[in-house]
Amino acid sequence: MAKSKQYDNHLGILGWLGGGRWGVERYLYIIHRVAGLGILTFFMLHIFESSIRILGPESWNAAMETLKTPVFKFGEFLVFVGFAFHALNGIRLILIEWGLAVGKAEEPVYPYRSSLNTQRPLMVIMMVLAAILMAAGGYNIFLLG
Amino acid sequence: MKETAYWSWFIIAGIVMFVLLGLHMAVMHLTGFLQLFNPAGGEAIAWENVVYRGRNMFFTVTYIILLGAALYHGFYGLRTILFELGLKGQAERSLTVLLWIVGIILFCIGTYAAIAARSLQTVL
Amino acid sequence: MEKDTEKKYQIAVYVRRFDPERDEVPRQQRYDLTVVQGMTVLDGLHEIKQNQDPTLAFRFSCRMGVCGSCAMLINGKPALACNTQILDVTQSALTVAPLPNFNIIRDLVPDLVPMFGVHKGMQPYIKRSDAKEMEEPTGEFFQSAHELEEYLQFTYCIKCGICMAACPTMATDREYLGPMPLAQAYRYNADTRDDGAKDRKEIVTRNHGVFSCHYAGECSNACPKGVDPARAIQLMKKDLVRDYFKLGGARKCAQVHKLPDTIERKEKIAAPAYTVER
Repeated sequence: MAKSKQYDNHLGILGWLGGGRWGVERYLYIIHRVAGLGILTFFMLHIFESSIRILGPESWNAAMETLKTPVFKFGEFLVFVGFAFHALNGIRLILIEWGLAVGKAEEPVYPYRSSLNTQRPLMVIMMVLAAILMAAGGYNIFLLG
Repeated sequence: MKETAYWSWFIIAGIVMFVLLGLHMAVMHLTGFLQLFNPAGGEAIAWENVVYRGRNMFFTVTYIILLGAALYHGFYGLRTILFELGLKGQAERSLTVLLWIVGIILFCIGTYAAIAARSLQTVL
Repeated sequence: MEKDTEKKYQIAVYVRRFDPERDEVPRQQRYDLTVVQGMTVLDGLHEIKQNQDPTLAFRFSCRMGVCGSCAMLINGKPALACNTQILDVTQSALTVAPLPNFNIIRDLVPDLVPMFGVHKGMQPYIKRSDAKEMEEPTGEFFQSAHELEEYLQFTYCIKCGICMAACPTMATDREYLGPMPLAQAYRYNADTRDDGAKDRKEIVTRNHGVFSCHYAGECSNACPKGVDPARAIQLMKKDLVRDYFKLGGARKCAQVHKLPDTIERKEKIAAPAYTVER
């Protein structure tokens, strides 16, 4: 049989974002990814930024003065939010990927319950903790810091 | 088997970071609630506090472990994402080597800074 | 008052069409359809093909959610066309498109062959080291009901490709094995009669294998048979971690359960002749 032309219907990177009708875990997946990349970018800068201390107190204090401007304050908050989400969602993912939070195989009886239902209480707990941590960090950074 | 090793240590680095980075974040960003390891009080980035932590053996070791764990965890994650964009064969191997090299260079810079910070003085 | 079952709905059906001889990219075509309660998307497509446009191509076979031929993207969600009531999905407009993350052959027909190829590579059959026993069985493999439950859920898979269409990793990564083959690999790894887990683990732990799953959970959400591929993949990772850190607890392979000597075995029934030339 001659092979006829086919149309490549892969969704590409937009398929990562999904959207609209997808489940909650799909959104957590993409936020986890974006937060991770954000923290990695910050972290590589952070290695150099915090190494300034070995040049002595004058350089250190000058650098820290720059970091007190509103733009950097907001950036600091973003990093904190990213960390809080990535850390707590990461613990959820570790428990899941080690097979500890997905339950055992069960007979599929309609309406189907999947491992998503099994891990959902964990997901809710982790997201509530993340929200509390974000609020505490935001309060600290903007109102006290 | 190699991928299983990479992935397993990626997860363990994640757990190590959850503890150590949690401590780091509490020290740096929850100063209003906790005054952990900030003997001079006030801001965590005040010079006296920074020198106190830099000279403390516990913090030197912690910084180095955290640096290694974070670089490994972050670069493995980046590698996974880039692989999923559809890299193939040779490009994948080159990327793995490149990330190892960049990671080790950054690790050396950070370790040098953490060790050099042990000799800092509070008095100007 | 009109009874619900007799009430007619006018629904605009937008079908994503692609003719390899004419089109470079898929186009959308609108059909107007009168829908009554109980009509599935597949019924609607039949109605269109019969009365409006005989050139519309789609794949179907059993019409009762068993064969897995008619998976398509219905109002943005991958589902079996025969298993989806039109009125459950919409009261006004219905969009039907072929499954994403596959090539389109024509109209609503995706090319599932790559997926079947990967599935075949997973060695989805009972593999034993004692080849003689497989050819000339002397008894049965003993498997308890509890051991059966370890993998029974994953045997309900109909290979329709819906999980592959829902998976975000599949969207960019063509080398990724995919939820269906990985779940099927676990189905045989978890089977106590099987002895080939080592070979399958070798395949799934390569790049673009089991560690490219990040539990977005879409495959389990979308699965029309409740197979839960995401669970199978996580349980497989659990096995792999246990192997890597040598934590033990690996299952033993089922032994042949010999029949008592007093029982006489019946003659083996001869296999029927092949229907096609081999």
